[in-house]
Amino acid sequence: MKILVCIKQVPDMESKFKVDSEGKWYDQTDLAYRMNEYDEYAVEQAVRLKEQVKDADITVLSIGPERVKEAIKKALAMGCDRGVHIKDDEDYKKDPYQKANIVYEFAKDKGFDIIFTGMQSQDRGSGQFGVILAELLGIPAVTTIVGFEYADGVVTAKRELEGGKKAIVKVKLPALFTCQLGLNEPRYPTLPNIMKAKKKELLTHDVSEFLKDEALVETVKVDYPEKKGGALILEGDIADLVEKTVQILKEKTSVL
Amino acid sequence: MKVLLVAEYREKELLESTYELATFADKLGAEKVWFAAGYNDNLPKVAGKLYLADANKYGEYNPDVHKNLILQVVEKENPDYVVFVHSSYGWDLAPRVAASLKIGQVSEIVDVVDGTFVVPACNAKLRRFVKPATGKGVLTIQAGAFQPAEPNGEPEVEELTLDTADSALGFVGYEEAEAKSVDLTKAEIIVSAGRGVGKPDNIPVIEELAKALGGELGASRPVVDAGWVDHSRQVGTTGQTVAPKLYVACGISGAIQHLAGMKKSEFVLAINTDKDAPIGEVADVLVVADVMQFVPALTEKIKSMK
Ligand SMILES: Cc1cc2nc3c(=O)[nH]c(=O)nc-3n(C[C@H](O)[C@H](O)[C@H](O)COP(=O)(O)OP(=O)(O)OC[C@H]3O[C@@H](n4cnc5c(N)ncnc54)[C@H](O)[C@@H]3O)c2cc1C
Repeated sequence: MKILVCIKQVPDMESKFKVDSEGKWYDQTDLAYRMNEYDEYAVEQAVRLKEQVKDADITVLSIGPERVKEAIKKALAMGCDRGVHIKDDEDYKKDPYQKANIVYEFAKDKGFDIIFTGMQSQDRGSGQFGVILAELLGIPAVTTIVGFEYADGVVTAKRELEGGKKAIVKVKLPALFTCQLGLNEPRYPTLPNIMKAKKKELLTHDVSEFLKDEALVETVKVDYPEKKGGALILEGDIADLVEKTVQILKEKTSVL
Repeated sequence: MKVLLVAEYREKELLESTYELATFADKLGAEKVWFAAGYNDNLPKVAGKLYLADANKYGEYNPDVHKNLILQVVEKENPDYVVFVHSSYGWDLAPRVAASLKIGQVSEIVDVVDGTFVVPACNAKLRRFVKPATGKGVLTIQAGAFQPAEPNGEPEVEELTLDTADSALGFVGYEEAEAKSVDLTKAEIIVSAGRGVGKPDNIPVIEELAKALGGELGASRPVVDAGWVDHSRQVGTTGQTVAPKLYVACGISGAIQHLAGMKKSEFVLAINTDKDAPIGEVADVLVVADVMQFVPALTEKIKSMK
């Protein structure tokens, strides 16, 4: 079984974001990066599937600058077999259609039986990449999965709907799945596995090998949301904060 | 300008959010045409032409079949935008339509400014102004961002058929949410634990504050997914929608899906180490502190007052 997992590296969402000099995305310097949370569930599901079927080979792929190799290495240490880095210093300027097309060009003649992606990225959040990739490859896509079972070439997946309801769906491979929070609990790479991962193949391609398309979405500008709420911000030492908070709760609510 | 609005059904019920599409279309000043894979006896009460595919035959969730039905309507009507709610139906179906037509998609629109669409980025710490570079496009609107329009008309129905309803995806059925062990919707005080609480061992500290205040424990989703707190206590789009007198958000960043479940709270107190956390947008007070230092101290103080 040939498995492909597509991952993205994103900044920690607790970072302070500054708009970049072109005014079209965030300034990428001085940020701590990690694997997109939803993609961690994708990697974990791929590794679990391999553990189940035994005979499987997992390729993990990421588009981006040199630093995204860190995310690829983490996925290798979690149990993926080989890494593909599509080097692109300007990946952030591309839209989901272009990104999907780049991966399509890479994957189209490789016969992957199953593809996992996250349901969305934490930074851009368009939620389009996986579905478009499946459309380009002409394979079915199941989005927002919180349950995954494989048997005899067929996957039974649970899609999460609103309000705690789920839809159960069956699909034959090849197929693509976009992974949602709660699908599984991603493992931490162990030290021996981190060491082993260092010996795994990590191929780099330049994005120009695969980029065929213009962007379909244009970013006009990026800015900061208007501060509508304007919470009263309290800072200081704990005892003082407690006093102030109690005072406010007394004045503004009927609960104390 | 003409828009094709895609209505949504779940278990034979028309979803309320469908009416938000009408408000959005009015904001664009666009002519409205509707599509629904729905039921003849439960149509959206809207004026305009409605292309109806019988959901008994084409399913409520059958994305490749629905896609082909929508593509048929696009061919007939040539709309500028095809618009969905950004829901488990919309975000699943919209990119399929966009890819088939090879036009740009803008996801999770919260506002329209001079014809460009505003979408949140980075957990709503930034916002992007975007538009399809292709002129025509596919759009999804954030649920709750546009007030639902009043039901105000009878659509002019045109039935749609497809030669085949065969699908690569087999829909097996729905699974209901687990029975609720607690009804947060009635709670007057809710103290919710988020990922910032750090570890399962710290949950009792949050629970203590809830008890001291005479309220219920709530939680954000990652805390529930990790099994620290029962699912029935999850607040948000995939959990419960609450409206207490006091909502205390402990170590919760304020992702849109969480806010959707608690922004009707009368008073919101947030405790977060990140002064810029988006929870600040809906909080009345944001205490910048470590929850594990602040919450026990607050609990002590409140207990001492009784
Ligand atoms: C389709 C879909 C549906 C979803 N449905 C829901 C839903 O119903 N409910 C829901 O909650 N989420 C839902 N989510 C998930 C949502 O997007 C967020 O991932 C989630 O709400 C984040 O939870 P959090 O705020 O607890 O964690 P995080 O976003 O990780 O935030 C943790 C916060 O804690 C702060 N922090 C860290 N350490 C400390 C400390 N020591 N003291 C104080 N503060 C600290 C950090 O600054 C940060 O702001 C959904 C997502 C999707 C895609």
